[in-house]
Amino acid sequence: MANAAGAAPGGHRNGFWGALSLPGVAWLLALFVVPFYAIAAVAFGQVDPILRTAAPVWGPWSWNFSAMSKVISRVFGGDLAGVVVRTLSYVGVSLALCCLIGYPVAYYVARHASRWRGVLLAALVLPFWISYLMRMLAWVNLLQVDGYFNRLLGWLHVGGSRNWLDGNWPTVVIGLVYGYIPFFILPLYAALERLDKRLIEAGRDLGASPRRVFQRVTLPLSVPGLMSASVITVLPMFGDYYTNTFLSSGSPKTEMMGNQIERYLRGTSQPQTGASLVLILSAMLLVLMTYYLVVTVRAQRAVAT
Amino acid sequence: MRRNRPGRHPFGLATITWLYILWSLVPVLVAMRISFNSGKSRSAFQSLSWRWYFTDPAKSVLHDDTLVQPLKNSLKLAALSMLITTPIGVTMAIGLQRWRGRLSKASNALMLFPLVTPEIVMGVALFLVFTQVYTGVPRGFTTQLLGHITFSISYVVIIVRGRLAAIGPQYEEAARDLGANRLQAMRLVLLPLLGPAIFASVMVVFAGSIDDFVISSFLSTGASSETVPMKIYAGGRATATPALNALATIMLVFTLVAVGLAALVMRRMRARQGGGEDAQLGSLAAVG
Repeated sequence: MANAAGAAPGGHRNGFWGALSLPGVAWLLALFVVPFYAIAAVAFGQVDPILRTAAPVWGPWSWNFSAMSKVISRVFGGDLAGVVVRTLSYVGVSLALCCLIGYPVAYYVARHASRWRGVLLAALVLPFWISYLMRMLAWVNLLQVDGYFNRLLGWLHVGGSRNWLDGNWPTVVIGLVYGYIPFFILPLYAALERLDKRLIEAGRDLGASPRRVFQRVTLPLSVPGLMSASVITVLPMFGDYYTNTFLSSGSPKTEMMGNQIERYLRGTSQPQTGASLVLILSAMLLVLMTYYLVVTVRAQRAVAT
Repeated sequence: MRRNRPGRHPFGLATITWLYILWSLVPVLVAMRISFNSGKSRSAFQSLSWRWYFTDPAKSVLHDDTLVQPLKNSLKLAALSMLITTPIGVTMAIGLQRWRGRLSKASNALMLFPLVTPEIVMGVALFLVFTQVYTGVPRGFTTQLLGHITFSISYVVIIVRGRLAAIGPQYEEAARDLGANRLQAMRLVLLPLLGPAIFASVMVVFAGSIDDFVISSFLSTGASSETVPMKIYAGGRATATPALNALATIMLVFTLVAVGLAALVMRRMRARQGGGEDAQLGSLAAVG
């Protein structure tokens, strides 16, 4: 067994360390694994014919896949297809904007901001400590019909009486970017900060222009950081339902998958449909989740050895 | 040093960065200012007043029970989450860092999963488990607390593990060589060394709990278990008064004061100990 720097002092009493992790492991089994299984038990279970409540079936041998197959056919080509496509495009556009805004910011703070670095870093971290919904509330205030944004437009003579909050997709996308971009910038900053500066200097010394060094050295080297930053931003966006409800007064024009899930589970009592949608969403995101997990475990191992 | 090469400062990049920072913070400052509005409007500012904090006899945060209750709920949830999550997470971090074998790998993967699970999936899962399986648990505050702890444990583990890897085993080995038993070495040597990391994780749990909307909302049973983010969500769309902004501002001030104090304490601790400078930021990035 490769006992590296992080390994147990004094060796073989492996059981002791196992026992230390036990409370946490037990907690996550009871309140993470079992609940997740409950989603499947509801999705593949029965519905009480009178009360219309879920009657979960716990044994996979008697699961009933009819509700799921109905939802799947609605997602692919049925009435839910529009919502899925909309979710994918909102997340796609938001991610593109995160890259466009976030990369220059992370790059500048990591590599060029010498004197102001402390201030800039604090400013990048600050949104983490401001409640997400307060940040959205701020936009709701600004985007009122008589709000500051319209007044600014009026002052610039480019409109100024529009209602931005009635199911307007750019509002929702900008809201998503505003909400999640701190999660994008910080990991990317950490990755750019760690880049080996000698490689960049070597590129310059060998005669490449700064732009070429960026294209041929910095950018390729930052791809892993860019990937994890994207994954960590996109995962919560896919499950988001409150940003668009909040910024579009609950208009169905900007609904995402999360809204459907929430409605089926809590509004109308169709728990099977809701649970099936959650499973479909999780399946869609599984690749991204696995990618992040693998990268994290590798990083842990790199630290430990 | 590449960074100090004379001549070219990338002014374009600097402009983008500063514009981004303005964009990210100014709306919040405007929302805070609106909380001091003397009038009812949440979009146009009239004049400065404490009306929505104390002086309005019915609708200020101080006098409106539907605003005080969420504030109490949020703070109670955050405080209890901190108290319960931290010991579970710290022991789990120490255990996972040293435990070897297949079960340990599985436990590690299990610990990482909540970090990548979208909140809505976890919210639905907890909602269903408390309505279908653990039906004996009183719904509302208790289930919300259990939910908050569940998504917080992994943050603590990640942050503390980062620090553990940086410390290495040698201090504890020295203590053991000098005659301390395993528990003494942990209590007298390891835990003090972990101090800043534990502190940082406590703050992250606090902020995560205060900020949470989805889990709280899925596990709520109505007004008695409403939290501040839920209140903002419910009131922000309807015709609310600037008292809502005042509530959000109070929450923000609570968080920033707590974080500021924590940063001060951590600086003290680190000055005494030395080392681990960037660990906190790194861990925050890992969590983010």
